[in-house]
Amino acid sequence: MNEVKCECGHINPQGTILCESCGRVLEDKEKEKQLVDMRYEGSARRSQTYNKTIIDKIWNFFSSVKVGVWLIIILLVASSLGTIFPQEMYIPPVMPAWEYYEEQYGWLGKLYYDLGFHNLYSSWWYLLLIAALGISLVIASLDRVVPLYRSLKNQRVSRHESFLKRQRMFSTSDAVLTDEAVGKIKENLTKKRYKLREENGDILAEKNRFSRWGPYVNHLGLIIFLIGGMLRFVPGMYVDEILWLREGETKAIPGTEGRYYLENNQFIFEVYDKDKDEEVFQDAINKAGTVVKNYQTDATLYQRQGEIVPGEKPELEKIRDQAIQVNKPLKIDGFALYQVDYKLDEMSKMAFKLENKETGDQFGDVTVDLYDPEMKYDLGKGYKVEVMSYFPDFEFNEDGEPATKSRIPNNPAFIFKMFTPENTEGEVSFVAIRQNLEPLGENDYKMTFAGIETKNVTALTVRKDHTLWIIGLGGLIFMIGVIQGAYWNHRRVWLRRINNQVWTAAHTNKNWHGLKRELEDVFSDSGIAAPEDQVAEEKKE
Amino acid sequence: MKKKRLITRTIILAVMALAVGYTLYANMNKDKNQKIVIGKPAPDFVLVDMEGNKHRLSEYKGQGVFLNFWATWCKPCEREMPYIENQYQQFKDQGVQVLAIDSGESELAVNRFIERKGMTFPVMIDEGPVQAAYGINPLPITFLIDKEGNVVRSHTGELDEKTVRDFMEQIKP
Repeated sequence: MNEVKCECGHINPQGTILCESCGRVLEDKEKEKQLVDMRYEGSARRSQTYNKTIIDKIWNFFSSVKVGVWLIIILLVASSLGTIFPQEMYIPPVMPAWEYYEEQYGWLGKLYYDLGFHNLYSSWWYLLLIAALGISLVIASLDRVVPLYRSLKNQRVSRHESFLKRQRMFSTSDAVLTDEAVGKIKENLTKKRYKLREENGDILAEKNRFSRWGPYVNHLGLIIFLIGGMLRFVPGMYVDEILWLREGETKAIPGTEGRYYLENNQFIFEVYDKDKDEEVFQDAINKAGTVVKNYQTDATLYQRQGEIVPGEKPELEKIRDQAIQVNKPLKIDGFALYQVDYKLDEMSKMAFKLENKETGDQFGDVTVDLYDPEMKYDLGKGYKVEVMSYFPDFEFNEDGEPATKSRIPNNPAFIFKMFTPENTEGEVSFVAIRQNLEPLGENDYKMTFAGIETKNVTALTVRKDHTLWIIGLGGLIFMIGVIQGAYWNHRRVWLRRINNQVWTAAHTNKNWHGLKRELEDVFSDSGIAAPEDQVAEEKKE
Repeated sequence: MKKKRLITRTIILAVMALAVGYTLYANMNKDKNQKIVIGKPAPDFVLVDMEGNKHRLSEYKGQGVFLNFWATWCKPCEREMPYIENQYQQFKDQGVQVLAIDSGESELAVNRFIERKGMTFPVMIDEGPVQAAYGINPLPITFLIDKEGNVVRSHTGELDEKTVRDFMEQIKP
């Protein structure tokens, strides 16, 4: 049997607690209670009823509010874990990620990396949690909104006695209802914007039913929001990349498939100056020490000409110069480049002098570009320096040999071969920061450190987002739902003549105090008692 | 009635499962950067080798190409290089070309490495675009490209000499 027929003749879906039409209590358990549970109008939540096939079981799992709440709690905890340390995409690419986490944050950082929290928000389990929450939203809403809609649509004006007297607000009056009194009550209800329905002299007054849809409108907004998030995975909809660019460097803008290039002419880092800036800043400067005034990348944007073959030297046409500052992005073709990070004073060149150890005489300058060192530096008059090996990020490896950890000059080291008129065979010298070794015996000459040149590095976020309007729309609908459900109350008043009595009952989904006051107004001077709160301990609203 | 309910629920669940499945799939591919599909044409590129010669992948149609991505600081790359060189000597007259692409290091580092290891096949430096096109993450990685220009196989990690030989045998035209 799929249906329950009420005494009044209305056919209700199985599992219904209160008849959709007359309000008779259909479940025996519910009959013992003094008040009926009006949640979802006593309708049959569809999940509660059938539990037969695997599809029904999955459905019922997601339909549960308890499951939904747990999903939200788990997601909250997981999301907060991802904010303890920066995500991988936000760390500077100066070294492998595992090394960075360990170096910056110690064993906790290592654990963080090992557990995969450095990419938490795109991990499969996180996405599954979000998806489960989305599914739960859809199913739980469907399972409740459909029966609720049915109940409210099918409700009859004359509700059964058992329904009326089990309402929280209820009263009986031994009075004869005169037309005048009825007219007065009806007028008062209309004034309060109630919509009236009449049947056999019984009255149902109802207002703000739409407030009941608030939570479902809210869920719809959330689902649209999640769909927007999902669309970010569709190619071409969303780009979020980071571009690290040294001063003087030109690179393809990631995400544009090599169509656009950007050159960093200069990175500017300005702080407020005590002497130069206005007095209003003095307090802040004294308090904080340094206060940054400006992060700026002076950039030149290029467009690539002709067919794009990776690796081929691009033929670039300049589009424009632009200064990129925080919140003042460079925009091109749907892409926006935001100033997001920087690194000051990265070593770019290192200067040496060839020096006679005994006399201290110096022969010529050797300036080594740390990104592209020459193989030989000819100093003239028979003096020559050859770079035998270069280790940009020097370390001794497991075998105790000099090696490099990466190609970024964090700790440059060189093996030089110095040719001089005295030593035409060459002398070998190992030079690193604050180190000067002579691995193949005593030398007559050495490479004296003569200074470094540095460059600033800028980091720009490359962003393209065609999903933003969908996410915004979802957010808007979400808020409409919240307002709809929060600022209006769904209120109903029943008035029935039974034998020689007048029964009144009322229900609201929230703010009982407000309803009470409203009803006192409506029934004043009518000779009929307004419905009274049957809950002994009055709850403060 | 019951049947209708089952069908509705199945359809709704299926639609949502599809959406979730697609999202997870797209996300996984994004992470792995899987830009190379076996059996499909290899992305074309142009690079200049250390001797100044220009190499365009599409111009090697008719030959098998053993495409190796490496760096001087990468130990497994260093270990497999002599095997590649040995096998290159065997296979170069049989229509197998080796192209070794360094991951954006300085010319000095690459030239010294070549001197030390005595590589005779073309070595070129890529500043990033080719690696991006091939979705390179860990090094070394080797792609086998047949005479039609299609990717036959990709291998991440160190190779021993036998494997190098088998690979070259595989792409011999």
